[in-house]
Amino acid sequence: MGKTKLISLALAALVLAGCGNIEPWVKPYERQALADPIMSFDANPVSTAYLDHVFDAREGARGANGSSGGGCGCN
Amino acid sequence: MKKAGKKAWGVEIRARASTRCWLGLVLALLFLPAASFAGVLADDRADALYHRYEGGGVTIHGPSVLVRKKFAEKYALSANYYQDMVTSASIDVEVSGASEYKEERTQYSVGAEYLRGKTTYNLGYTNSKENDYQAETTTFGISQDLFGDLTTITMGFSRGKDVVRRRDTTTDQIDPTFKEPIDRWSYRVGVSQILTKALITSLQLEVITDEGFLNNPYRSYRFVNPSDDRLFALAREIYPRTRTSNAVAVNGRYYLPYRAAIHGGYRFFTDTWGIGANTFELGYTHPWRQWTFELGYRYYSQGNADFYSDLFDRPNQQNFLARDKELSTFTSQALSLGATYDFLPNGWRFIKKGTLNIFYDRIQFDYEDFRDARFAQLPTSDPNFHPAGTEPLYSFGANVIQAFVSVWF
Repeated sequence: MGKTKLISLALAALVLAGCGNIEPWVKPYERQALADPIMSFDANPVSTAYLDHVFDAREGARGANGSSGGGCGCN
Repeated sequence: MKKAGKKAWGVEIRARASTRCWLGLVLALLFLPAASFAGVLADDRADALYHRYEGGGVTIHGPSVLVRKKFAEKYALSANYYQDMVTSASIDVEVSGASEYKEERTQYSVGAEYLRGKTTYNLGYTNSKENDYQAETTTFGISQDLFGDLTTITMGFSRGKDVVRRRDTTTDQIDPTFKEPIDRWSYRVGVSQILTKALITSLQLEVITDEGFLNNPYRSYRFVNPSDDRLFALAREIYPRTRTSNAVAVNGRYYLPYRAAIHGGYRFFTDTWGIGANTFELGYTHPWRQWTFELGYRYYSQGNADFYSDLFDRPNQQNFLARDKELSTFTSQALSLGATYDFLPNGWRFIKKGTLNIFYDRIQFDYEDFRDARFAQLPTSDPNFHPAGTEPLYSFGANVIQAFVSVWF
């Protein structure tokens, strides 16, 4: 079974498990630190997209950087 | 056009085998009951950015403007205008004997989001134009909050269609006989997970396939000159017409007790061209009064493509031939510094908040099998002359500056 298939199955299982009742172990009132803007994965989308583009254009690797991207032939 | 095959959007051929898994996931997401607590869309925001990249004989600068606005708390629209103004006398340009050139790339993107319960659907379109390259990409994505919002699952699909043209480097006119397409597909899935009161993590997977004319129509490979083995000659590169890549990334962000954050990430990459790459990132964010300071370090290393060589023994030595330094074995290291100043902490009229931001990145590229061929182009009598294949390895540093203003309204 390929990696892609395994991960797809695991995700599907997670989604379906969501139909049940799972008690959140971090309560909403305990998330003030996580809600702080300094904890954002992408606090400045315009800057993140630009920097991803800078690296993508100069390196062989691509993808899994969180952006949906856009095609271009530039660097 | 500097490099085709970048930012490609692909589908993994093997994904056909797992179509049922994907279908199951899509159906599960679509038919999940709308949860009792609704999710939220990101805040209304506008950013105006100036970017400048300088390194390796290349200068690229221009603006990027991003505006995002939501309606009735369940719809959002966004638009982005981006421009690159390029002046290039890179090592590839110099070795080919061409002179410095200038070009522009303009990119427009629009996006829409719809929030229903804890599910967000998004649709996007991007159009990028250069005088010798056009790209259109359409994207679709779904995001679902689960388990009391501790978990968010995302999945997305993109479809791209590019058209590659070629300029005559002496007359600067487009060659009417050269017009090649590229088709791109991409599948993305991701999970972000709150693990503790201070730690959030994410896992992402992206599979990309390109099909079409994937090499740069201007770039050449080099081979040993048959009449003098101290010299080299050039011939046009030949690439495979398909490429499929897999990337998986994990990231984490941890809140420190004195109100600061550290983050780290790792990405593993492989593709059908034989390139394998690893990316590591570490960063620290420290707020102080109305300021937020950021410090980051990124390390990247890759192995070369199967059909890459710095110097081939003879022309047409194999089916595919490349000497693109981005397909070579190399490392890059980046150190980044950033400062954000909140100039409207209490808002002003309809503006809730405003920040001024400056970010600087220093990137160092060190190539392990890409040599500085300019040394073999010197007169053989020149004391700096190096026979082909013995030149010093190439390396260069780049300075990247971003200055931008952001307002929330």
